[in-house]
Amino acid sequence: MSEAVSALEGATYEGYCTVSDRGPVGMVTLRGDLGSEGLAKAVKAATGLALPGQGAIVGKGGVSLAWMSPDELMLFCAHQDAPGLAAGLAKALADQHALVADVSDARAVLRLEGTAVREVMAKLTPADVAPGAFGPGQMRRTRIAQVAAGFWMPDETSFDVIVFRSVARYAFDLMANAARPGGEVGLFAPS
Amino acid sequence: MSARLEGWGRLIDRSEPLTYSFNGRDLRGYRGDTLASALLAAGQVMQGRSFKYHRPRGPVAAGAEEPNALVNLGQGARFEPDQRATTTELFEGLVAESQNHWPSLDFDVGVVNNALARFLPAGFYNKTFMAPRGAWKHVFEPAIRQSAGLGRAPKAADADRYEHLYAHYDVVVVGGGVAGLTAARAAATSGLRVLVMEQAPHWGGRAPVDGGEIDRLDPEGWVRNVVEELEKAKNVTLRRRMMAAGVYDHGYLIGYERVADHTPLDGRPRHRLWRIRAGRIVTATGAIERPLAFAGNDVPGVMLASAMRDYLVNWGAAVGRRVVVVTNNDDAYRTALAMHEAGREVAAVLDARPLVTGALATRVREAGIRVLEGRAIAKVHGRKGVTGVAVTAQAGAGGAVEEIGCDAVAMSGGWSPVVHLWSHCGGKLVWDEAQALFRPDPSRPPTGADGEGFVVTAGAASGALTLAGALADGHDAGKAAAKAMGGKVTRKAAPKAEPEEAQPILPVWIMPAEAGPELKAKMWLDFQNDVKVSDVELAAREGYESVEHTKRYTTLGMATDQGKLSNINGLAVLSQALGQDIPATGTTTFRPPYTPISMASIAGEARGELFQPLRRSPIHDWHEANGAHWEPVGHWRRPYTYPRGAETLAEAVNREVNNTRANVGLLDASTLGKIVVKGPDAGRFLDMMYTNVMSSLPVGKCRYGLMCSENGFLIDDGVVARLAEDTWLCHTTTGGADRIHGHMEDWLQCEWWDWKVYTANLTEQFAQIGVVGPKARAVLEALGGMDLSKEALPFMHWAEGELAGIPARVFRISFSGELSYEIAVPAGRGRELWDRLVEAGEAHGVMPYGTEALHVMRAEKGFIMIGDETDGTVIPQDLGLNWAISKKKEDFLGKRAQERPHMADPERWKLIGLETLDGSVIPDGAYIVADGVNENGQRNTQGRVTSTYFSPTLGRGIAMALLHRGPERMGEEVEIPVLGAGKAPIRARVVETCFFDKPGAKQDV
Repeated sequence: MSEAVSALEGATYEGYCTVSDRGPVGMVTLRGDLGSEGLAKAVKAATGLALPGQGAIVGKGGVSLAWMSPDELMLFCAHQDAPGLAAGLAKALADQHALVADVSDARAVLRLEGTAVREVMAKLTPADVAPGAFGPGQMRRTRIAQVAAGFWMPDETSFDVIVFRSVARYAFDLMANAARPGGEVGLFAPS
Repeated sequence: MSARLEGWGRLIDRSEPLTYSFNGRDLRGYRGDTLASALLAAGQVMQGRSFKYHRPRGPVAAGAEEPNALVNLGQGARFEPDQRATTTELFEGLVAESQNHWPSLDFDVGVVNNALARFLPAGFYNKTFMAPRGAWKHVFEPAIRQSAGLGRAPKAADADRYEHLYAHYDVVVVGGGVAGLTAARAAATSGLRVLVMEQAPHWGGRAPVDGGEIDRLDPEGWVRNVVEELEKAKNVTLRRRMMAAGVYDHGYLIGYERVADHTPLDGRPRHRLWRIRAGRIVTATGAIERPLAFAGNDVPGVMLASAMRDYLVNWGAAVGRRVVVVTNNDDAYRTALAMHEAGREVAAVLDARPLVTGALATRVREAGIRVLEGRAIAKVHGRKGVTGVAVTAQAGAGGAVEEIGCDAVAMSGGWSPVVHLWSHCGGKLVWDEAQALFRPDPSRPPTGADGEGFVVTAGAASGALTLAGALADGHDAGKAAAKAMGGKVTRKAAPKAEPEEAQPILPVWIMPAEAGPELKAKMWLDFQNDVKVSDVELAAREGYESVEHTKRYTTLGMATDQGKLSNINGLAVLSQALGQDIPATGTTTFRPPYTPISMASIAGEARGELFQPLRRSPIHDWHEANGAHWEPVGHWRRPYTYPRGAETLAEAVNREVNNTRANVGLLDASTLGKIVVKGPDAGRFLDMMYTNVMSSLPVGKCRYGLMCSENGFLIDDGVVARLAEDTWLCHTTTGGADRIHGHMEDWLQCEWWDWKVYTANLTEQFAQIGVVGPKARAVLEALGGMDLSKEALPFMHWAEGELAGIPARVFRISFSGELSYEIAVPAGRGRELWDRLVEAGEAHGVMPYGTEALHVMRAEKGFIMIGDETDGTVIPQDLGLNWAISKKKEDFLGKRAQERPHMADPERWKLIGLETLDGSVIPDGAYIVADGVNENGQRNTQGRVTSTYFSPTLGRGIAMALLHRGPERMGEEVEIPVLGAGKAPIRARVVETCFFDKPGAKQDV
């Protein structure tokens, strides 16, 4: 059986930060009443995770859950686990008003790594990514240059960026361009 | 004669000589020079010619305010016109040419304008419009174009790169002089995020040149210490070569960083545009010295007193061997002292004030320099350089009392705070009578979202012109900004400087005060645009009372320097001419950018491949590899057709249509919108969204639906599939995917917030492939995995399963009239399915087809296309789609609007088909004419063509059109004119919109 392919098929760019395609990533969107106890229970049962607070991302054991909007969450997992997790979530939420969809293929996930990741992102997003304003555990939906994007920091020296699949190449080229040697700004010196 | 002096030049590094070229001549300067300082040091005072009269000009300033010394800089792909020599840092290999001259800087043919100057008075440009109609186009415009203009336009594409940077700070200090540094140091103690930017390559501003002591240190040492201290603070960012270009609402501030102007080819971005959100902005932007308006004040060698001092102290470039200083205030005496100390002769200081008593003047007198009280310059002698001045009484009309030989003149008319950034977003000014300047009025700042002022001024920018005053004001400004942002400032006291004993300025706007017209016609206000005192006075006489009108009429302040030197002098002269006070005249509007910024920096990375996002379908690479001719659809690229060999595009489209109708075609339909709608109220919601009923659609079936705006107009269409009891999947047009999803969320969030419905836009989750044609089923059967027989999956049904091992949802819908399946699979496997279909289809003659074949086939069937048959003014009833509009439903979006008299009017243009009598194809966008002409003499129309194609199936041109009472006129012949002289109109017959397989037998097999 053939495998699903990501939009960028593993592309990598080495600049003063490294940009790479994370390959196929499982993603499940969940819309529902985040304030209801039933939803929190169902999510806990299906994923083992508590609901993230506003603007947050939580994770454990390769599965993470991000707050996307007041009534929307996104689950990230291994690509092959997404259909099962989506089905599990849908089942756990069967008696509630909620929408669950496997959207693993709708987006591309790009990783930016290096000590200067914050300033490279600052060239592209109007969101404040300075230390203290943004960091690991937070999720931000915003834009990079001309396309919608969301991102979080797996750790101090990396960003994971999601964009719609059709603009994966644009996003990759943007990030690579921003990470081109010579473009160092020297902002956000590591503390 | 200007020259480099040993022992002077705090900013140049004599160990690093640089070679550059000016007008083809190789010259030498040093690291740290500006182009202007290097040229002056090389004896080149004359550096350009003026815009209108082509008069010889040298630098009048030493910084961003310079109007004269503009050059064409660089070559080829790095060529840029109108670069100020005063802010261009010298680098090895710099190439510059002066502007506005022909054939050479030294000898210019255009200078005849001088003699013709009396024919080019204020408003000459406007007056040319009043002449006979043809004169502007044939006489004035070509003549003006020939002689006017600054640098040449670049011809090659820019070879450099540029970028943006978004930054967020609590306090941004603009200006790295001593006031700005003091403000920054005060604000930084709060721990808040602080950015300090300085437009020049060095810190400290004027203080190291002007002297004095700060906290018992010389200014240079003090600046070094403070910068070191700020560099160590983790909450402070320091940037040089960065100008604040503009202040906008909500603390938005544009910073223009000239990263690599001085280090070309080093791989760095040339400019970086900082898009800053600032809590508070401290503008420590200093002040600009004003010229004095005396006859011949534009001769090369006449410059601002501060500039002459800067060139000497900063760069060791002494302008002139024998200098005359002319002033109305104390500050210019610093120049006399500096030049004297440097061993240049200061022939005299002419002070317009009748009695001179200041401390600086005393020092000048003690140095043995003549100070002439109540004196003015009647006239400067010399053309390409100063040879002397005629001295007169300031109180008189210009009768010379003395001639003084000199080769340079330093002038000072007082100082104007740089209020631009304060004013950009609405900060108001107040006229300070005592200092003769406009300064920011702290009680009327630009206000932010919280209603509080978000800009604070510091130092000379506030009107605090003394060192001690600037330091105290800078400290207060930094403290206030930090406090406003909730910071706790721990530094208590401002740095200290000795108070200076100074004599007040005497406002002097015209020199001498009673000068007659002859002198006034030689007194320059705006150097770059050649506007003189006489021009402004003429404007006043001709009725221009508003300073804004006078500006446009005379072009005062409209040059690339935006009147940094001329604004205040000009409005003061206007005030005098109008007999009113200066505050009554007011200033013109200060608009961003402070100085010109490169267009490329505004574009940032958005050029070439990154100009716009290009959306690619999961099958994009296959299309590209197989020669697709692309059609832009929104940001998508979709294959228009796939030409083979020597085929034309039209031939390729015909082949694709014929093959699909005869065999089987493949269409990448991945771009179509796919929105899932789920919830207990989803059926009710979709009944409101669509004109027909969707709640009654059985699970497993598909239905075509129309969406209208609340104004009744058709906005989108597509097939809806019911996936489950509470779930529907809505297909939208390619362009409608995001728009319709937003439209749905708008109604759900703003109007029907209590309805239990969730939507998700799954457009990009799925690749969708149309398998279309009589052999479609055979191809899919070859893939295996699902029963797609007519019985198992009838027309307008859908089924879920696996095809070729790929999870798939198969819709039996047709936009071509053929047996047709649309197969949705996860996008990550879309290419795999496409490849399988191409392989399996080979035996059945499969060919891909593009959007044009799709259009032709849908037109043959009379199917409408959103954007062709609709344009935002068309309702479904116009298109004969009444069958898809529910009469039973109580309401749907657009229902009430469609019942309004104009919408229900039988006189509306309605959709019909057109068959040309001769079989030809009607041009796109053609009109169907009616008899007679309208009141404008234009032919009356009765309809317009919405879609027109050559139909390979029928072998003739077919079209659809909106025609007045169209459906009632079947069989009638109409006339469609064709553009182009002598071309005969096309005649066409009105027919039904469906041209092919009206019963729909082919799609339902």
